Amino acid sequence: MLGTGILKGLLVTAKNFTGSYHDPKRMVTVEYPEQKTVLPENYRNFPFLVSESADDPMGTLRCVACQICEKECPPQCIIIEKSKDKKPDAAGKQQFYPAIFSIDTSVCMSCQICVEVCPFDSIKMDKVFEIAATDRFQDLLLTRDRLAKSNSYYHQIHPEEAAEVDGRLAAERKIAEEKAKAAAAAKAAAAKPAASVNPASAPAAPAPKTPPPAA
Amino acid sequence: MSAVPFLERAPIELRDWFVQLLPGPLQWLTHHLITVVAILAVFGLFFAFTTVAERKLLGRLQNRLGPNRAGVPKFSILPWHLRHKLWGLTQPFADAVKALTKEDIVPTAADKVLHFLAPVIIVGFSLMGFAVLPFGRLLIPVELDAALLYFFAAGAATELAIFMAGWSSHNKYSLLAAMRALAQLISYELPLILSVVPIILVTGTLSTSAIVHAQGFWTFGLLPHWFVFTPWGAAGFVIFLVAALAESNRSPFDLPEAESELIAGHLTEYSGFKYALFFMAEYFGLTALSGLGVTLFLGGWQAPCAFLEFIPSYLWFMGKLVGMIMFFIWVRGTLLRLRIDQLTRLSWKFLVPLALLNLGNAAFWVLSAHWAGPLQLVRWAVSLAVIVIPFVVMGRSITTGYGPRSYRYAP
Amino acid sequence: MTLALILIAVLMLGSAATAMLLRNLIHSALLLILSWAGVAAFYLWAGAEFVAFAQVLVYVGAISMVVLFAVLLTRQNRIVDVLIEPATKARALAGLFVGAGMAALLSVAVCYTKFPALADAAPQTSVKEIGLVLMRQHGGALLIVGVILTVALLGATILAATEAKRQPEDKP
Repeated sequence: MLGTGILKGLLVTAKNFTGSYHDPKRMVTVEYPEQKTVLPENYRNFPFLVSESADDPMGTLRCVACQICEKECPPQCIIIEKSKDKKPDAAGKQQFYPAIFSIDTSVCMSCQICVEVCPFDSIKMDKVFEIAATDRFQDLLLTRDRLAKSNSYYHQIHPEEAAEVDGRLAAERKIAEEKAKAAAAAKAAAAKPAASVNPASAPAAPAPKTPPPAA
Repeated sequence: MSAVPFLERAPIELRDWFVQLLPGPLQWLTHHLITVVAILAVFGLFFAFTTVAERKLLGRLQNRLGPNRAGVPKFSILPWHLRHKLWGLTQPFADAVKALTKEDIVPTAADKVLHFLAPVIIVGFSLMGFAVLPFGRLLIPVELDAALLYFFAAGAATELAIFMAGWSSHNKYSLLAAMRALAQLISYELPLILSVVPIILVTGTLSTSAIVHAQGFWTFGLLPHWFVFTPWGAAGFVIFLVAALAESNRSPFDLPEAESELIAGHLTEYSGFKYALFFMAEYFGLTALSGLGVTLFLGGWQAPCAFLEFIPSYLWFMGKLVGMIMFFIWVRGTLLRLRIDQLTRLSWKFLVPLALLNLGNAAFWVLSAHWAGPLQLVRWAVSLAVIVIPFVVMGRSITTGYGPRSYRYAP
Repeated sequence: MTLALILIAVLMLGSAATAMLLRNLIHSALLLILSWAGVAAFYLWAGAEFVAFAQVLVYVGAISMVVLFAVLLTRQNRIVDVLIEPATKARALAGLFVGAGMAALLSVAVCYTKFPALADAAPQTSVKEIGLVLMRQHGGALLIVGVILTVALLGATILAATEAKRQPEDKP
């Protein structure tokens, strides 16, 4: 009969109206900025640099200024200057570090290529989007001190990814340790007959301790 | 006058007291000026809160919140600032400031005089319709013998203003949209007036206050004798609702001013305050038509039960008016927009024949008023049959060939 | 009271005269509508409310639409201004002659007719009495007018309805 469709429609909107007061499914508004939606884990916005310890984010960067991400970045928004000296990294090896590491967020398109090519797991995607600034040139160019964030922060924003990265790094370090131990043992074994010949040769330096995973 | 309770007479006595303070020659002028200013103030505020109520209500109907951020601005001379957003109820005042401060752009080739006059005329004639609505037992601005005819005459002149708006913009799309708006308005004037004629037949008068008085009886003190509770009155009310929606260019008949139709139709070349005036005229027209519907069908200022008469009559009128407007907003949030050929077909092929049949139905009702006892049931049955059967038959004939759509590539 | 009558007369006659003198056809139509509204004001001044509202409803509400639609739907694409100067001198003289003759006739008719003066105030008729008079004494005239209007409406409907058969809509 003519009009039944209209009445059914009126009932649907009436249900919407009454449901919007008590049923969360029928009120989808999130009143930003007082309330915020929960971002999914894989959400990404701009990159940040991972550093091992929270107390000294600038000093314990994983980045070794290999400049691969600078070369691979499609809009060329990463600016890196290698340092002149070397510093020990988390595994104790002497590595270069980035004296200048800046990302121009007005150019960055969040493509994640820098993350995919980094061999040291030192640059990861951040979730921060409230970085609006009044000056296009200075405030949107994020320098090293704004980009360096700790590994515990990384665990906070991407827990699964961070756990996976940490596991992998720990496994690699373990393998490297075993190799170094085996090499040291082989060297010691090779040096022992030599030591019986030449007692003045000093044994190899002891293997370094594995640092704890969470800084 | 003393038999009438105090709350009912309070506005009238207030006005008379104030008029008495003034010298003789000014008294007539002040008397009517106070009435006009009171109507403008009350219905101006009503318009403002209708806009915000509509936005919030539409939001809730669409699973979202309406505007709730407009609070009170920070006045730098005050030491404190009210931080509460007042649930967005000051939104209309913010919108008014926005409309007033926008640049008023008039196209160079436009007809300047007509372009300026169109919003003025439409608001003026929409407001003139309020003069014959009985807002309360003693609150009718002008007591006219031919009140209904006056109301429809005022509404007819607004159509002219829409044509002027479309033509003076010197924009062929505005003109086309103005012609379509005119076609819609003319098509729906006929069902509007025809749905009101049965009331005139039954009460024998064109005066709105007499029509309200004719609905003032209660069966057993509980069931009101409003005309909407009779078969011909219910049919007339439904036709009146549809025609009122179309006459005020409101969804689902808002083809003239929809954004996807020729931008804004006849309002394309209007900006700033003139645009706000057109919207004001549309809402005033809607409020006046709702007020007329309340007066003619829903018993005006009559209370629904005899013991509820202690609540003042103007509050009942306002309550019913608010209820009707809420219903119109509900319909707006539910129904889809009609195309111009669909709405003209609806009017001429469906509503006009039904309204004419309803007229015959009301005539039968009047002629059989003296039937007694079980014949009353026969009277009601025949009256209902005269409405329901043609509705079903004509509904079938107008919807032949339109079934649920089948999409070739939809899953 | 006389001031009101003079103002209404100035409005009515002034707008009608200006409507004849303007070049733009739409402006002329709108000024003509203003003069009809002036006629309604005159009826109100004379105390005939029903006729005044009927005048607004019919003339300003409906006949104005007819005039405007006719003007807009039958003219060429661009707005062509109407020529108001007479084409030849002979036509101008003929126009002047006819106009003067009409003015003389009308003024003689108005000035030399004896209008009967009412002793007391004008009778107050209610809408109910108007309705009864229309239905009883002038019922025949009302029926004939109704028949004419119905025939006109049917003719318009038939003229509009005999168009080429519509193509069936493409079925999906």
